[in-house]
Amino acid sequence: MNLIGLLRVAMRALAINKLRSLLTMLGIIIGVAAVIVMIAVGAGAQQRVEEQIRSLGSNLLLILSGTTTSGGVRMGFGSNLTISEDDAAAIPREIPATMAAPALRGTAQLIWGNTNWSTVIFGVTPEYIDVRQWELAAGRIFDASDLAGATKVCLVGQTVARQLFGGADPLGQTIRVRRVPFTVIGVLESKGQSMMGTDQDDLILMPISTARKRVLGASNLAKQRSVGTIWVKVADGQDMKAAEEQVRALLRQRHRLQPGQDDDFSLRNLEEVAATQEASSRVLALLLAAVASVSLVVGGIGIMNIMLVSVTERTREIGLRMAVGARTRDILGQFLVEAVTLSLIGGLAGIAIGIATAVGIAEVAGWRIVLSPQSVVLAVAFAFAIGVFFGFYPARKAARLNPVEALRFE
Amino acid sequence: MAAALIRTRDLTKTYRVGDNEIKALAGVSVDIEQGEFTAVMGPSGSGKSTFMNMLGCLDRPSSGEYLLGGRRVSELEGDELAQVRNSSVGFVFQTFNLLARTAAMENVELPLVYAGMPAAERRVRALEMLAKVGLAERAGHQPAQLSGGQQQRVAIARALVTRPLLILADEPTGALDSRTSLEIMGLLQELNRGGMTVLLVTHEADVARFARRVLYFRDGLMVKDAVNAETELA
Repeated sequence: MNLIGLLRVAMRALAINKLRSLLTMLGIIIGVAAVIVMIAVGAGAQQRVEEQIRSLGSNLLLILSGTTTSGGVRMGFGSNLTISEDDAAAIPREIPATMAAPALRGTAQLIWGNTNWSTVIFGVTPEYIDVRQWELAAGRIFDASDLAGATKVCLVGQTVARQLFGGADPLGQTIRVRRVPFTVIGVLESKGQSMMGTDQDDLILMPISTARKRVLGASNLAKQRSVGTIWVKVADGQDMKAAEEQVRALLRQRHRLQPGQDDDFSLRNLEEVAATQEASSRVLALLLAAVASVSLVVGGIGIMNIMLVSVTERTREIGLRMAVGARTRDILGQFLVEAVTLSLIGGLAGIAIGIATAVGIAEVAGWRIVLSPQSVVLAVAFAFAIGVFFGFYPARKAARLNPVEALRFE
Repeated sequence: MAAALIRTRDLTKTYRVGDNEIKALAGVSVDIEQGEFTAVMGPSGSGKSTFMNMLGCLDRPSSGEYLLGGRRVSELEGDELAQVRNSSVGFVFQTFNLLARTAAMENVELPLVYAGMPAAERRVRALEMLAKVGLAERAGHQPAQLSGGQQQRVAIARALVTRPLLILADEPTGALDSRTSLEIMGLLQELNRGGMTVLLVTHEADVARFARRVLYFRDGLMVKDAVNAETELA
């Protein structure tokens, strides 16, 4: 019997027991829907992580100043400012395809009119904007002349703009940073939360020279050119690992460190951090899908159960079919097609319900979901495989019946 | 003399139940010619059903030889037997064994489906057979909408549809009242007059009287091979 014939026979058999067919399908429907929803939610979470990583900037190396020990108490990275603006200037000069941005960090109280706000201030060079992939929402960034003249200009983040200025346009306004008046020349685009949940928009940027001389003017900082961090951006397509080693070697040489001596700075490859984050979110998504697929397997067992019942109920029919000339493969095919039809119809219904549920979750809970055609194809393929796998044993049982006994079966 | 349509030689069938061996057939040799109307009679357990299963290629003998239309079918297995059943044997059962919720037409077509005949050709042939048993107008009816006699006619049409070498009828009137039984026996006799070889299995002497020849079975052996002097006409 050909496939269309088998399909018609299967549809008729399933239509005779509509409720039973529906209940059998329910297992597959729930399983497929669960897989679709879990993949959508998992992929949504993964996409969020990827976006956060992108907002951090890719191909980045972060150099932190070394530690200092004060009376036996180790103070952590940055407590001893071992790296300097000169190190930052040397990196793009010595290592091709890199860009370095030193940054000096501090906190300060901002005052505008009768409002005030405490935020983080970064003293940076224009490269910083580029390296950290900040976009301007309005205004301009400071340039080399601002840097040279230590002019009192700054860029504000979205959170600062909202908290300090409310609805007013910050551009051109004068704010006081630790009592020093600054002109706002630009507003940064929002970056949102970082992976750790901190608000990346709660900051102001100013020329590093201005920050050093006028705001963070601690005496030793003012004299030296040391900085807390240097961000290094490596051009796309370059080997991050090699760049990391080159930077490390350059800094060790500049700091005159002997072989065997520990680094007096800390070098972090953010690509590795990002890769770890991505890997863990992928594992989570996979885990969700795996848990959901357990229900698919349970649904498959339901199909097997009902197919076994069906084979027993229809023993005489099988005997009759054999008597009029059905071969082993005809009977095998008939019951296999029936099981696969059950699982495929269940699979299609499950896809519809799964998509509806995922969209519902996105609407109600506000979670991000990603519905991919691959997950739909995967679900259909899985449902098909379940039908074949769990339908095979009952079908083989039917095909192996002895026609004499099958015809005599009561 | 041409070879017999059915020729068995020392046909035996042994079943094993636990440690016991049960000889359902203890060696049966018989020739049945093309065009005969033969009844197989005997009490239950006599081996007549086993004998019919052998002749219908539903089962394989433990030993002995069976030639159907000159072909040694006792050596065939599985799908080869299925092919012989499909092309050469038409079964009629006591309980009709029609597919439920399936039109008479489709029931008749079933053997042709397994023979791989195209749908259009199948329909023509099935309709022809339904007409032959007088049910052409009932082609679209499902078994539940037909009387017992009509259902058995559909089953006979199904048995005829592949133009088999013989019809094997196992207690074909067992589930019917006497008037309808008479109709069915009349139909079988009519088919026989048209040249069809008919083999009837029954435990009722009344039914066996419609056959030309009667084979009596007892304890797995054929004990008597008689010709009805006067065949009753249904």
